[in-house]
Amino acid sequence: MSDDVTTLATPIKIDYSYTAGLAQSRYLHGLSQGKFIGERCPKCRKVYVPSRGSCPTDGVPTEEEVVLGNAGTVTTFCVVNVAFAGQQIEVPYICAQVLLDGANLSFMALIQELPANQVRMGMRVEALWKSPEEWGPTMDSVKYFRPNGEPEAPYESYKEYL
Amino acid sequence: MTPMATNSRGRPVRPVAVVSFAQAKNVRREQEHNEVEMLMPIVSEAFGAVGLNKNDMGFICSGSSDYLVGAPFSFVMALDAVGVWPPRRESHVEMDGAWALYEAWTVLQEGELDTAFVYSFGRSSPGQLDRILALQLDPYYVAPMWPDPVALAALQAQALLDSGRATERDIAEVSARSRRDALGNPKAQVAKDQSVDELLSEEYLVAPLRRHAVPPISDGAAAIVLAAGDRARELVEHPAWITGIDHRIETPALGARDLTLSQSTTDAARSAGLDATSVEVAELHAPFAPQELILKDALSLGSSTRINPSGGALAANPVMVAGLARIGEAASRILDGSASVALAHATSGPCLQQNLVCALAADPDAAVGKKVA
Amino acid sequence: MERCAVVGVGQTKCQAKREDVSIAGLVREAAQRALEDASMDWSDIDAVVIGKAPDMFEGVMMPELYLAPALGAVGKPMIRVHTAGSVGGSTALVASHLVTSGVHRKVLTVAFEKQSDSNAMWALSVPQPFSAPLLAGAGGYFAPIIRAYIRRSGAPDDIGIKVAVKDRQHALKNPYAHLHIEDISYEMVRNSVMLWDPLRYLETCPSSDGAAAMVLASEDVADAYGSPAWVQGMAMRSEPTMFAGRDQVNPQAGRDCAADVYAQAGITDPRTEFDCAEIYVPFSWYEPMWLENLGFAPEGQGWKLTDEGATSLDGGDIPWNCSGGVLSSNPIGASGMLRFLEVALQVSGKAGEHQVDGVRRALGQAYGGGSQFFAMWVLGTAKP
Repeated sequence: MSDDVTTLATPIKIDYSYTAGLAQSRYLHGLSQGKFIGERCPKCRKVYVPSRGSCPTDGVPTEEEVVLGNAGTVTTFCVVNVAFAGQQIEVPYICAQVLLDGANLSFMALIQELPANQVRMGMRVEALWKSPEEWGPTMDSVKYFRPNGEPEAPYESYKEYL
Repeated sequence: MTPMATNSRGRPVRPVAVVSFAQAKNVRREQEHNEVEMLMPIVSEAFGAVGLNKNDMGFICSGSSDYLVGAPFSFVMALDAVGVWPPRRESHVEMDGAWALYEAWTVLQEGELDTAFVYSFGRSSPGQLDRILALQLDPYYVAPMWPDPVALAALQAQALLDSGRATERDIAEVSARSRRDALGNPKAQVAKDQSVDELLSEEYLVAPLRRHAVPPISDGAAAIVLAAGDRARELVEHPAWITGIDHRIETPALGARDLTLSQSTTDAARSAGLDATSVEVAELHAPFAPQELILKDALSLGSSTRINPSGGALAANPVMVAGLARIGEAASRILDGSASVALAHATSGPCLQQNLVCALAADPDAAVGKKVA
Repeated sequence: MERCAVVGVGQTKCQAKREDVSIAGLVREAAQRALEDASMDWSDIDAVVIGKAPDMFEGVMMPELYLAPALGAVGKPMIRVHTAGSVGGSTALVASHLVTSGVHRKVLTVAFEKQSDSNAMWALSVPQPFSAPLLAGAGGYFAPIIRAYIRRSGAPDDIGIKVAVKDRQHALKNPYAHLHIEDISYEMVRNSVMLWDPLRYLETCPSSDGAAAMVLASEDVADAYGSPAWVQGMAMRSEPTMFAGRDQVNPQAGRDCAADVYAQAGITDPRTEFDCAEIYVPFSWYEPMWLENLGFAPEGQGWKLTDEGATSLDGGDIPWNCSGGVLSSNPIGASGMLRFLEVALQVSGKAGEHQVDGVRRALGQAYGGGSQFFAMWVLGTAKP
């Protein structure tokens, strides 16, 4: 019985070349220049950042570029207490949805320079970029977001983005 | 007056037709556009051809494969090309889009919806296709040996040659004809005019297959709008009516079936009520040239049937799309008025393991006493 | 539309690793049990519909190709569905539609995941270049949404704990459930490690291997059975993952799907007209959220039903997840079908120790993706 083969380990290694696509390439190019570039849908007029090339509700290309600033609002968040596989950030850390001023969709971002238990919905934050020579076509060009000292945004101003 | 086809409960099958078809230009490597960007223009084109939009679709169904894309849940991003808002009834199969069309057809059979939208996408260029397809095989006994798809098709080709029912010249003729016909298809990827002797002088790639008998690696996408009954008649002049559609799967164990026959294709065709003698155009999904010979036999197609005027999978083989594209191409011959009875076939798995047959006609009553079940 | 009923069900014991069976063995175990329950043989089945989540979970691409012989599908039509987390539910619906459309009369449907074969965490989120690095893991996607719910509703912060205790107590009455925590208690859940605030370890689902199967039959076949569970309504809806103005807490697709299935089944007040429900709750707080999304409670008040014990098998008037739910077993591809299957068990009176008395109508719901894919069905003792 103990000689029965009961498991078989088959290592699988497959390489893929990913294509960002035109819209995402524009966004990544913006990151390499220290800018958040969003795109506006010609039909519903919403600004998406990062853009993926189509408006998810209208299914049409979003080609109008909109350069956004570095300030935004935390619409919601969670505090990660246990590191998961491959994660290198020290726990506990804040993972938040940040709505950049001028955008209509939030994205997930790391919040630092703040004790984890002090993060609030509505907190005003700003992006902290790496130094320009470290910028590249990657999200890593932004270190993290941190509180910018502005008063908390009223719930009404972001509740529809929750 | 010929009787309509009936279903498993003895009730009439509802006439459903392909009313539009759009496909991306098939290319070796699409590097600029991602899947969503590839799909958007053809989604637009498929809707535009019949003056409809996403909100007119009662049901949406797509076909694609995560392993081909190299990402889990990859079909989710493709939805952005359609824009499922307001929320829509939508589903997905991890198979060639031909099976997504089958699912949409069954939904329309219920009688509550009149339109459905089917699409599929597949880029074979990003990954290592030979390794990816090896993952379709038995994970304990076969896949760990990493047999590549050309080698498996070569086994089938050798068996066919050994049976005496085909020669290497027959295989080369399939390739020569397909790629020459592809010259007339602006969406085809490999199109050229070569003589059979020229092809036979090529070296073997994996004996007995020469390069000409092997499909290209392609990136592509396709979309089809289905409509039922009077709705179809309102939308186009010559709806391509689906007079029967069915599919069957065989065992994956290559040694356990006769690779020179395609029993599942024969069975699916019978169930779909196919009358081979009346088929004017057949689009067969035969990525490897010898497979066309096997399928032609399995379907009992005669010399009067024109096979793969589009060039077929030898001219463009976007995995997960090529089957749906066969249905689209066959339907197009009816939509454009050049044929009145057509056939489309789709396959999945190595060596024609699973097969779908779709019978199409300009006249919805062209089904003669058929049963679907 | 033809009528359709569930005439047999089968499931495997869910556990972290089923090292005693191959993938084929796992699915065959569930399928065999469903056939036996339906007093059918493999040859009685017209078609097979199989569903599961991403193929990376097992490292097998398009496993229907490999599984055809194990499921008696050789020579038959076979389809494989993939709609993310809702797949178990949508697979059951695709199979049912083969019957309601009149195409087939007896369909075997199976859903499974043998996620211990690969690495589930990796398979859920294979890192993609150009995309934002995953910061928070699976629960980290839902935790911020839960926080938004708590803010909107003003719910007390221990509602999640109460859901976890209830579902884990229910699981003790279900021999097939993965997690059987004998001494489960409020304190035990509250003291378990906080993973993604506000979700604690014991408020989240496990990773399981498991399979579920059902036999669906047309009216003429089902009429011969003693207690078929009749399909009174079926619906699916999808919406985009992310778009400006999306309500992630109370998704429109969920509400529309419920409205559709209720209209078909003639339901106007789910709380009183259903006798029980099996709802996809992988993180505790999704119970109050789905109570609202599915119309069992007005918006902002779902948590009150949980709080007052209404959803408990022990004394509640609308027991939810008597099987222990997704919190107790989560083979991702099968979890949706387990919800639908458990509803069938309840309606047929075969749920054993976790049976609710006198069930006449019950609701099954599965969701997937970023709360964007919904599949639901209503089963009942009466024909629609």
